[in-house]
Amino acid sequence: MIPLLEVENLTRHFVVRRTLFGRPTATVKAVDGVSFSIDPGDTFALVGESGCGKSTLGRLVLRLIEPQQGRIIFEGRDTTHLAEAEMRVFRGNAQLIFQDPYASLNPRMTVEQILREPLFLHDVVPKSRQGHRVAELLRLVGLSPSVGQRYPHEFSGGQRQRIAIARALAVEPKLIVCDEPVSALDVSIRSQVLNLMRDLQRRFGLTYIFISHDLAVVKHIANKVAVMNLGQIVELAPADELFASPRHPYTRALLSAIPVPNPKARGERIILHGELPSPLTPPAGCRFHTRCPFAVERCRIEQPLLKSDAIGHATACHRVDELAPAEPIHGSHYSPSLERLMAAFRRDVEVRPDAGVAMIKPS
Amino acid sequence: MNQAPLIEISGLRVSFFGDRGRVTHAIDEVDLSVAPGVALGIVGESGCGKSVTALALMRLLPANAEVRGSVLFNGRDLLSLPDEQMRDLRGDRLTMVFQEPMTSLNPSLTIGDQIAEVLIRHRGLSPQTARTKTIELLQRVKVPAAEKRFDEYPHNLSGGMRQRALIAIALACDPQLLIADEPTTALDVTVQAQILDLMRELRSQSGAAIIFISHDLGVISEICDEVAVMYAGEIVERAPAGALFEQPEHPYTVGLLGSIPRLDQQTDDLAAIEGMVPDMSALPGGCRFAPRCPFADERCHKERPPIVQLDAGHWSRCFYAPLKMNVS
Repeated sequence: MIPLLEVENLTRHFVVRRTLFGRPTATVKAVDGVSFSIDPGDTFALVGESGCGKSTLGRLVLRLIEPQQGRIIFEGRDTTHLAEAEMRVFRGNAQLIFQDPYASLNPRMTVEQILREPLFLHDVVPKSRQGHRVAELLRLVGLSPSVGQRYPHEFSGGQRQRIAIARALAVEPKLIVCDEPVSALDVSIRSQVLNLMRDLQRRFGLTYIFISHDLAVVKHIANKVAVMNLGQIVELAPADELFASPRHPYTRALLSAIPVPNPKARGERIILHGELPSPLTPPAGCRFHTRCPFAVERCRIEQPLLKSDAIGHATACHRVDELAPAEPIHGSHYSPSLERLMAAFRRDVEVRPDAGVAMIKPS
Repeated sequence: MNQAPLIEISGLRVSFFGDRGRVTHAIDEVDLSVAPGVALGIVGESGCGKSVTALALMRLLPANAEVRGSVLFNGRDLLSLPDEQMRDLRGDRLTMVFQEPMTSLNPSLTIGDQIAEVLIRHRGLSPQTARTKTIELLQRVKVPAAEKRFDEYPHNLSGGMRQRALIAIALACDPQLLIADEPTTALDVTVQAQILDLMRELRSQSGAAIIFISHDLGVISEICDEVAVMYAGEIVERAPAGALFEQPEHPYTVGLLGSIPRLDQQTDDLAAIEGMVPDMSALPGGCRFAPRCPFADERCHKERPPIVQLDAGHWSRCFYAPLKMNVS
């Protein structure tokens, strides 16, 4: 299959301090030589802690931030040298959903205006059909078309995120970069939005870049995962493979840190000691060595390269072959009767035309 | 739990009086008690009243809130205490850690001064002794280079370090009760694991009772002995942690547990609680969870279920508990 998106050696450094004469004295290597490729219809997850460069990478791919080095190939064309008109087409093909649904919708625009704007800018449908299209988009994300005249503040966080998804879908994109789309939402609402995103992906063959710090959510939605630490990918693998046998010590720690709802598994986690190093002064050698329980002399000196094995599981760690396989993840171990009770909440929800209407506060 | 409770909340109701005579009943008839040294978790979605409960017992609610009921702390009713005595208790016997490490520290004071302030105010220490004690406290919450950190400002610290500083403030006077309101929600998972580990350790050292508020049952299971589940301003289930996670007896708890993505198996569709929390100024008649409950029938929409005890210490506000009987 021809990949939808290929990224090669992408690099972006930010200068944070300069001398009086403009010579840079401190730079953050936000994204430092990152390469990957995504097939159409895939969900590619970028995982890591705050400050690891995952959001910058997402914005680089969309060219909201200009890269300093490297190539971004979208449908076989390098987007780093597109003319303005071609860039416009690309913008219609690649969209973004932000983390904070309270900040990403203009509070002075009605929902209808918010959804009409991309239709107008990209000339997707003739003006006479725009109203129809807005109603259709709202129905797609499980909101009633009658909410079009309302303002964002009248909606809850989950509903706002649905509006943001509808806005991204308006221009019929192929790729959507989702930057922590469910991190600001409650657990119960989070699953509604995740299920919706998955439905839409199946229906329209969308490709997602899913940026998140939460590996549990990623496991549920992604089929390929890249784990980032301080601007670099440290592990890259198909999701099943990564969760079945995480190799990099950093990935293991991230997985182990997820709290599992099982009091018996309490405290049996890998706790990383020390603080996340400042991206201004990343450690020499392997950038994880200051927090790595397995670090040896070589890790302090030499930077490990991302090396892939036969099944496409790539790891950047000197000691990857010596380390014992990771401990199995603690499960939740629910009783069969509890599983059956939970299944009642897992009913297949086809988007109901009236969903969301009754729940909106009267203004 | 036969020990006399340290804090006993009974019939707590909070209503907010808004513009144009709008009244919102944020919490309704909440009864809770915490024994010394026990960690109680309060879990629920945003807007279910968990933070309001905490703020009500700290008496930190705004003036338009009306609080009724009683909160006995060491036998004294906090709600009728004169302001001066309440101020003496707050920060000393009763302390609180908030969610936002960014906004709950004063950006114009050093970390050290903010911790020392508590010791000077409540223990009457001299600035020098307070400094020594503060550095000890920073070491206790595992802030590296504590002496250097004393003179730094909050913006110099990472989120995890700020949360440690807040915990140090809360522990300064060896409180009897520590209320932690979503203390790890704003943090990365790796840092969250560190903070939870620290809280477990401090808890076994200090013997303080903890009320731990979170929307995440996973986090609650890491630290709590008992759990109260809140929905739309009332407690819908209360149980020892072991029993709650093994056999939850309220459909809401089941839905919350099911919504947590599983690491140990592949599920195609996540369990989701459809709809959203009801508007507190227009609550449904009958069971408040009925509109979102997959098991609800006519009775649930009409009658309001009472909270009943099913097992020792296991209470549920559902007509159909024990739920096991409903699945064949």
